[in-house]
Amino acid sequence: MTFELTVGDLDDLVRGAALLGTGGGGDPQIGRTLVAEALGETGTITVLDPDDLGPGDFVIPTALMGAPSVLVERLPRGSEPVDALRALESFAGRPATATMPIESGGINSTIPLFVAARTGMPVVDADGMGRAFPELQMETFAVYGVTGSPLAIADERGHTAIISTGGDNKKMETWARALTIRMGGVGYIAEYGMDGDAVRRTAIPRTLSLALLLGRTIRGAREAHRDPVDALSEALASTLYERGEVIFTGKVVDVDRRTAGGFTRGTARIADFGAGSHCVIDFQNEYLIARVDGVTRVLVPDLITILHLETGEPITAESLRFGQRVRVFAISTPAMMRTPEALAVFGPAAFGLAEGFVPFERLATRAGESHV
Amino acid sequence: MRIGIDVGGTNTDAVLLDGSVVLGETKAATTADVTGGIVSALEGLQRACPFDPGSVRAVMIGTTHFVNAIVEASRLAPTAAVRLGLPATAALPPLVGWPSRLVEAINGTAYLCHGGHEFDGRLISPLDRGELLRAAEDMTRLGIRSVAISAVFSPVNNELEQEVAALFQEQMPGVHVSMSHEIGRMGLLERENATIINAALRELAEQVCTGLAGTLRGLGLQAPLYLSQNDGTLMDADHAREYPVATFASGPANSMRGAAFLSGLDTCAVVDVGGTTTDVGILQSGFPREATSEVRIGGVRTNFRMPDVLSVGIGGGSRIRPDGGGDGVPLTVGPDSVGYRLRTEALVFGGSTLTATDLAVAAGQAGVGDPALVTHLDRAMVRAGLGRIAADVAAVVDRMRTSPAPLPVVLVGGGTILLPAELDGASKVFRPKHFAVANAIGAAIAQVGGEVDRIFAVSPGRRDQVLDAARQEATDRAIAAGATPGSVAIVDVEEIPIAYLPGNATRIRVRAVGDLSTDGRAAP
Repeated sequence: MTFELTVGDLDDLVRGAALLGTGGGGDPQIGRTLVAEALGETGTITVLDPDDLGPGDFVIPTALMGAPSVLVERLPRGSEPVDALRALESFAGRPATATMPIESGGINSTIPLFVAARTGMPVVDADGMGRAFPELQMETFAVYGVTGSPLAIADERGHTAIISTGGDNKKMETWARALTIRMGGVGYIAEYGMDGDAVRRTAIPRTLSLALLLGRTIRGAREAHRDPVDALSEALASTLYERGEVIFTGKVVDVDRRTAGGFTRGTARIADFGAGSHCVIDFQNEYLIARVDGVTRVLVPDLITILHLETGEPITAESLRFGQRVRVFAISTPAMMRTPEALAVFGPAAFGLAEGFVPFERLATRAGESHV
Repeated sequence: MRIGIDVGGTNTDAVLLDGSVVLGETKAATTADVTGGIVSALEGLQRACPFDPGSVRAVMIGTTHFVNAIVEASRLAPTAAVRLGLPATAALPPLVGWPSRLVEAINGTAYLCHGGHEFDGRLISPLDRGELLRAAEDMTRLGIRSVAISAVFSPVNNELEQEVAALFQEQMPGVHVSMSHEIGRMGLLERENATIINAALRELAEQVCTGLAGTLRGLGLQAPLYLSQNDGTLMDADHAREYPVATFASGPANSMRGAAFLSGLDTCAVVDVGGTTTDVGILQSGFPREATSEVRIGGVRTNFRMPDVLSVGIGGGSRIRPDGGGDGVPLTVGPDSVGYRLRTEALVFGGSTLTATDLAVAAGQAGVGDPALVTHLDRAMVRAGLGRIAADVAAVVDRMRTSPAPLPVVLVGGGTILLPAELDGASKVFRPKHFAVANAIGAAIAQVGGEVDRIFAVSPGRRDQVLDAARQEATDRAIAAGATPGSVAIVDVEEIPIAYLPGNATRIRVRAVGDLSTDGRAAP
């Protein structure tokens, strides 16, 4: 359903986006402020249902790429994502009729909203990750046949570059990453231009309204003194994500974080309250795999989220610290992200994990049996 | 000997300490000018335990005066914010998201100028002298008396902030300048907000610190004067004139550290029970655990180091409703309170409102007012009410606890009479002597700290050396702030690699603290 997003919706939206960030994706608070400033008190953004896209529509997704911890210092000028969009329009010889997120988790849920608030164009209620992933080729768009290239990248000086790598989305990522680093650690991009049919065929639908729903659910539960994870599980049941389940509760006892290959990689260890059980979560920006006492319980691309025990607020990998009392909450990823071709792009093997993907709901059963 | 003073919204408390012995304590009413209440408190202290002012080695003051000025949006100087970052950062100019009431109160004006650094030390753009001179001219015309300067990545490289500060001081004689790299940590908007708040408080800090110094000299006290900071450490009064924002949350920090001192515990939950609320904090290794989420002051988003405190609406003045909201709802406690009217409205003082204090007196836990006025209360109701209070406070302690093991709990504040000798989830409950003046004691026994928080390039195999250098720098900073060299210990080390960037860029944060040197040397 197409709807109008208002300033009042933003807090819930970014809370839900942080949850879908599955530990990475960057804190969307700065994005929230950008959109709020661009909208003013009374502005609204049209969030377009993918089913309402017509044959003449041309959608250009917009995003930022780079280090979230650089972004908190080096705020944008404000022109960058629109510059990237215009550069790609000009290269394609065709104006965009709407923009769209490439990533619904973290700050990239808000960049297309900012573009929309600045240009008046609508935002399509869909994305290509259904969560957050660290690299540009990790898109359902790519999995189902849309190429990311040509990509336009812009800095705060109005400088732009076009990257044309044909069908090689991984090469596009590498080149864009190199430019981003030279731009100071954050770059603004437009890529994966496609028509309305391609959106319907390749995008995960209604993920902006999902973020809004999940953020609202956490807040609502807190206000009603309800357990936020019960409310989340209920809310997920009516979405493509279907299942949400707490797989572990405890206290963070160790966070080993290091930078490797240009990413934050590491391991978080969570101990339960007394029974001697441990949950170990490996991450590459986003949480990738959760094991409980050596038994795998959740694997990428299923979503692993870590929530504050009391408030249900999602905690990113960068802000995990010793002593936090948390719950590990798994969310099943939509079916279109569990196909063999999808898993080839962002399944466990794409992150160097040896294990083949098994949906977390089946892992849970196996773990249950192994205890019998 | 040391004197500790806590200037709260209602009371000004003072204590005299000799080493670890509390020689005397006193309470006086707080006055609008701050100094009047301090004079009364110190005179009271002199009466309670006569002392030679010449033998006092240090006077430490904790105050909520500056944070109240921001919350009330009064007594603030006309202030401008100058940010160095163009062409980046323009989407969110200084003062973005501030409440208009506060912006008006400081005649807030913002200038976006060229400058700033990249994370790796490259320039975003060079300073534009003409642009800065025009800003200085404009600020002079507008009557700006205090300027906040912020530059992108100034925690990594502060040269531009220094250069612009010197330029403004030359162009605008007498102007106060606050630089963001001295005030806050990574996160431009939050650091800038803290710097603007600091700038707006500079004139008030000048007045208060000058007034305090004069007051103490007038009473014959020659000892150096320190103010409590948010994290329970101290800064000297000259420093406080320049960095008043660092005193913002000293109230809860002092109550927690005072509780640690009085109980002899360094890891515990501290429950401060007042008239309206109960505030629970956690002490870890003698220092208050810091809040991790954003902290808003007067509606402004900041990233101050603040104690992680959870409050619940239970205090000595909380109203008790035996039938709850009616309709068979069980008894309720608070969250409304008779507050400062406790001494007229509570039953034990002849009033007509059933309060938490009345239950404590009826149960024989406290000797306040006239116990005869509450003998008619139903025993089961009294038990139920006190049980509810103990259970609610225990639940808050449980929420704050981050370890499965039960924590010792220390009770401070006048309202502790409401609580029993044992609490669920507490390994032991302590109600130390002098509990009512824990804040002033916390001020008197505070330590000094030093911190490093910056991005380092950590090349492979050099991690240990880089960490050692960071530890040494934090230690040096603590000593520079007045710590006794041998007492300085590292209390926190945190590493955060910067995602997506090469060169193992890592944010390293190290905190060191030590005992305040009391050899008479004023801290620099």
